[in-house]
Formats: sequence, structure tokens, C-alpha cells
Amino acid sequence: MSVKLSDPLGRTAFVNARLLDPATGLDKLGALLIEGEAIADVSPSLFRSQEGWDVPGGIRKIDCQGLCLAPGLVDMRVSLGEPGQEHKGTLASAGTAAAASGITSMVCLPDTDPVIDDMSVVEFVARRARKLGLTKVYPYGAITKGLKGKELSEMGLLAESGAVAFTDATHAVADSQVMRRALDYAGTFNLLIVQHPEDPSLAKGGHMTSGETATRLGLSGIPAQAEVIIIERDLRLAEVTDGRIHFAHISTADSVDAVRRAKERGIRVTCDTAPPYFSMNELAIGDYRTFTKLSPPLRPESDRQAIIEGLQDGTIDAIASDHTPQDEESKRLPFGQAAYGGIGLDTLLSVSLELFHNEYLTMLQMLDLLTAKPASLLNLPAGRLEKGLPADLFLFDPDTVWKVDAHRLLSKSKNTPFDGRPVQGRVIRTVIDGRTVFEAASHGVPS
Amino acid sequence: MENAAVDTPKFRHRHLLGIEGLSPDEITLLLDLSESYVEQNRQGDKKKSVLRGRTLINLFFENSTRTRTSFELAGKRLGADVINMSVSTSAIKKGETLIDTAMTLNAMHPDVLVVRHPDSGAVKLLSEKVHCAVISGGDGSHEHPTQALLDALTIRRRVGRLAGLVVAICGDVLHSRVARSNILLLLTMGARVRLIAPKTLIPAAAERLGVEVFYDMTAGLRDVDIVMMLRLQQERMMGNFLPSIREYFRFFGLDYEKLANAKPDALIMHPGPMNRGVEIDSLVADDFGRSVIREQVEMGVAVRMACLELLGLQPPTEMGNF
Repeated sequence: MSVKLSDPLGRTAFVNARLLDPATGLDKLGALLIEGEAIADVSPSLFRSQEGWDVPGGIRKIDCQGLCLAPGLVDMRVSLGEPGQEHKGTLASAGTAAAASGITSMVCLPDTDPVIDDMSVVEFVARRARKLGLTKVYPYGAITKGLKGKELSEMGLLAESGAVAFTDATHAVADSQVMRRALDYAGTFNLLIVQHPEDPSLAKGGHMTSGETATRLGLSGIPAQAEVIIIERDLRLAEVTDGRIHFAHISTADSVDAVRRAKERGIRVTCDTAPPYFSMNELAIGDYRTFTKLSPPLRPESDRQAIIEGLQDGTIDAIASDHTPQDEESKRLPFGQAAYGGIGLDTLLSVSLELFHNEYLTMLQMLDLLTAKPASLLNLPAGRLEKGLPADLFLFDPDTVWKVDAHRLLSKSKNTPFDGRPVQGRVIRTVIDGRTVFEAASHGVPS
Repeated sequence: MENAAVDTPKFRHRHLLGIEGLSPDEITLLLDLSESYVEQNRQGDKKKSVLRGRTLINLFFENSTRTRTSFELAGKRLGADVINMSVSTSAIKKGETLIDTAMTLNAMHPDVLVVRHPDSGAVKLLSEKVHCAVISGGDGSHEHPTQALLDALTIRRRVGRLAGLVVAICGDVLHSRVARSNILLLLTMGARVRLIAPKTLIPAAAERLGVEVFYDMTAGLRDVDIVMMLRLQQERMMGNFLPSIREYFRFFGLDYEKLANAKPDALIMHPGPMNRGVEIDSLVADDFGRSVIREQVEMGVAVRMACLELLGLQPPTEMGNF
């Protein structure tokens, strides 16, 4: 689906929709009016008449047939591949896959080539994404120059040119002094530091989580402690610098516990997790399935349970896809040689909906983790059905059953850890800045 | 102003190692005495004989041009014999050798030692080992008392007072002895002090010193009377405390845009030597109406004359502790 940015935008009314707005707790049948690129009105009583829905002339009317209308998803951790690794993924391929999954904003990692540690790259990514008109792309800036973990990047200038937060992507900032200064320096401008919590020296040479399964498979292990060690250290550093720290894709019970206690102590900490860590455990690796080789690695079942508890009690603030495209050549290898990571844009909604269907979370709680919460963490004008905000929203049916088939996904690389998984929930329509950027061919299994 | 100090020594200190411990009266006394030398230094005959027969040794363990020259000139204008000793720090093993040096010099019976040393506390250590007065020319990141005094004199002559003024000290406060001495002096004299710097260059618990801390220069400069810039030591900054010069200048370099937040007649100060285009825009530095940077250098000589006069006339003490 191509988007013509020049098309004139009139007024469009979405009526007979189950309005879901986690920020206000709204979950009622109603209508939403888009005027131009923004939400003009939203309420259960809008256009409501005795007979049904009474939309004045001149306004395009879309009957949602009672399906869910929610703010577009905000995916706060996506690796794009562009610039530099376009054979794995591009802004266009990720934008198409994201739009089809109800994701209207995504935040991309700086581990591109060149690295996003210079204003010109921030502007390049933003300009390219704007031209495509698909899912909005907000870049992370690098914490350190070249992601090398040594010298601070120009966080002030990068933020001015559009970087929304700072991370060294899949590299942890290992040096404690550098991390302390990074937190301090970011604090100058009240910027958020996002850490990949994995002690690189403990993780070095490891391919899956340490334990019985790794031992049986004969794969060298990464101890679960590699994660919590960095988290505990950074929490202390955040305390001493009064900095804002966010931990990406936490995956262990100890991590959840550490963050929970830190929040109680008043440290300015937040964290997210990714769908594999609440929907799969290390056994998914099975017969050396390299698509399940992720970073952090899949953990034992007890950790998965703890992640769900963390989502339930608010310790974990967001769910991000952790979309990491890898080409076939990087994955069709012995497990030990295969690259880390899995794609996640295509399955973000459906796998997250398992939390709702399995009654771990309410629909609004689940959506909150994918919309309002990540948006507010990063100060993005998104994630809420609110008058005046950009009309970024999506219509979905939470119950449609389908089966993940890697080769039918829209992402350029097909390395999904969920291949073959039966899931529920399909996107019917995605709207960005008032323009429909995705529309399902039918309400059944998409072609 | 007359030389009140000579007749009525109200200065209770043997040494001048820092601003810490000086009372408002003592600071005022020093400034008043300095004031009297400003006019004298502008005359053709600048020489007095207050310190005739006395020996001043400038002992510098760290490179310095302006402070050493300023002390040398001050000593000579008061009639003292001045010796300059530069000791390269690489050549000495600190601690023991510092004391050895002190004892060697002490045996030559100087009357005043002016000492600069890269280690905080080193001047104090040396002062305990000699019989003469010691004036600090700056120790590590600790204090640089004569700089604070000359800054105060510059402000007082321009504005007429110190009490009640709002002074912003901007830049590398973390490593700055100038900042520490100025904070102490200005607070003692009833001024309000703001520190403005990226968070990496603000020392821990800075608020406990009685100052306000700002990370946003625009907010920090709002309605200040005085803008004091600090020198950025580029070599040790880049990559560690700061990412780049261009970023530093963008957010913390003093240019007209940021300066517009200060009071319209706010004075601009810098202890020198300046990094133009790093911490201060050239146009601002050379702004005749507001930049008093050259005046600071002039006040430096007068202040050092006052310090030498107050401390250099004391008889040597007999001390144990050797």
C-alpha cells in the first residue's frame, strides 16, 4: 500500500467503534472524528442518535461494526537495517510491516551504518521516514561515539535534531565510569538513557541461557546474572547521578525484582520487555532452532512467569517488539554461529494479545503497555485518543485466529521466533496522521 | 584609600592559603588596600619601598604566565627582591620531595613564598614546613584566593558593592579552583552564586556549598548581575566529560543570545587564558561595554601587592614540626 501524502484530507468519522484509550480508561462503544491530520473529537456520545449513528454530510463515515479502535501502537525498540544493512531490512519494509500491525510510531536503534551518533544521520532517518508516510520513525541517538562504549556522543545536539533518547543498541555500556558520566551528561538535558542490560564479559561466547537445557544441548551458556548485574549497577549509578535510566527487554525474575525494589526506593527507572520473554521459554530452542536465538536469550519458565507478574503489577512499563531482522545467511548456520535476534513488528499485537486472552491483563492494561506508556516515556505526541493529537490509530479484531507463517510476513527478513504459532488478533485498518496506510483485504486471514 | 592595614593590622592570618576562613572584614580590608594600589599602578612611578630588603620567591610547580608575572610585578613594585622558581612536576616525586624543596628554600630565609601546585592541599603542606608567609597561587582544584580577590575588586569598582549581587559561574566548576575561591568569597560578602554547567562538570553535592545549580544556561543567566566564565581544559574534557567543543559551545558557550537573559548591564568576566569559540564567543569577550576581562588582569597586580604587603612584613616564626 502506498501513501500519497498530497491527498487532501477531509473529515472522517469512525462510528460504531469500541473505543479503547488506556490513558483515560475509556472502553466504550462510540465514535471518533478525524479532521485533517488530527483527532477532532472522540466520545461515546459523538454522532449517536436514537436510530444509530448520525454523521452530518461532508464527513466520510466508516462503520467499525463494533471492532476495537485504539491509539496506534508505539514500538520503542526496532532495528531497521537502514542505513547500512538494507539487505536485512529497510525503512520501507519495516514501515509496511509495522503499519500492517497497527504500529504507528516506532523508535529505531542507532546501530546502523553509519551509527546514529551524528546529527546528519538523525536527520537522514527522519527525512526518509517522513517521505514514506508509513509508520513514524523516531531515532535513538548513540550514548557513545560509534557505540564503542568510550566517548560520549553529542547528546544535546542529537536531541535537538530529533533523537528521542539514547542507547548503545545491543551493546551494554560496560565501563562504569562511562555509564556514570553518560547518566550525568544526559541529566543536563533531562534525556533518557536506555541500557541493554547484559554484562558483556559474562555473556561473551554464550549462545543461550545457562542451565540444564544448555548443558543438554551442549551450548555454552550466558548466566542469567549477566542481566541483573548490569541492572543493579546502573540503578546505583542512576541513584548517584539522579539520572533517568530505562532497561530494554528485561527477561529474568531477578531483573524484575531489582527494578521493582528500585521503583519503591524512588529511583527514576523504567523498563520494557519483548513478546518472546512473556510468551516463550528456553525449551523453544528445541532442536537448535536458530530463529529462537535471541538477545537476551530465552529463559527458563520461572523467569517467563516473573515477567508476566512484572507486567501485571506495573514494574514493567512497556512492551517493545525488539524487531531485529537477520538475513537467511545469518541464521542458516549451526546454533553457535547464528546471529542473535528475531523480527517482531509483524507479531507484536497478536502475541501481546495472548496476555489478554489468557487473562493476565485486561485489554486496556495490555494496550497501555504498547501505547500511552512508551509514548509518555519518550515524550512522543502519540499513544492516546485525545483531541488535538495526530490521528494515529488502528482498528482491530482481537479474536481473529491465524497462524504465523514466516514466509507470509511483511518484514523483509523472515527470522521470526514465532513461526508456526497459532495466534489471535488481526489489524483491519491503520491510520497515520489521518491517512489510511493499511487496510486488510478481508476480515479473515489476510492474503 | 589609605594604607590602613600597615597601621592597624586586623589581618589575623600568617598565610593566605585560601578564601576559606577569611571574615568579611578581612576581605574588605584586603580589597580596600588593593584599591589604593590601583591608582598607584596607573602612575609613571609605580615603585614603593614597603617591602625593601624582603625576599619573595615565586615557587611554581605548574605552568603559569599571568599569575607568576602578576606576583613578580607586585613584589617588585613594593621594592622586594623577587626570585622565580619553576619546578616541573614531572621531575619531582610529590610529597617527600615537596617538603625537601620547602626546607631548602626555607634555609634561604625568604619572607614570602608564593606557591602554585597541581595538587590540592600541597600549598598548605608546604606552609607547615617554612618560617615565612605563604601565599597560594592556586592549588589543584582547591583554591586560588588572589583570583577571587581580584574578581571581587573588579566587581566592586564597577558596581560599587558585592552584597546582593547575583553572580553566575559558568563552565568547568568540577576542576576549578577559581570557582571554589569565588564561591567562598562571594557568599561571604553576601552575594548569591549560581553555577551553570553540564552535569558532568558540577561537583557532587554542590548545592551544599550554598549555591544554586543550573544545567540550562538560559535559565541560569536570567537576571544575573555578573557572568563569570571559566576556562575549559579541552584536553581532559573531550569524550570524558563532554562530547565535543561544538556541543559545548552550543549549550554552554557565552554568546549574545544566551547573554541576553542576564541583566542588560551584566559584567562579563574570565580568569584567562580564554578559549575563544569554546567557552566564550569572541565578540562577547571583546565587548568593551561589558567585558571586564582586561580589567581583571590589572586588578590582579593591585590585589597581589595588598596581599604581599599584609603578609610580607611579619617577622619569621619559630616553628617546630621539622
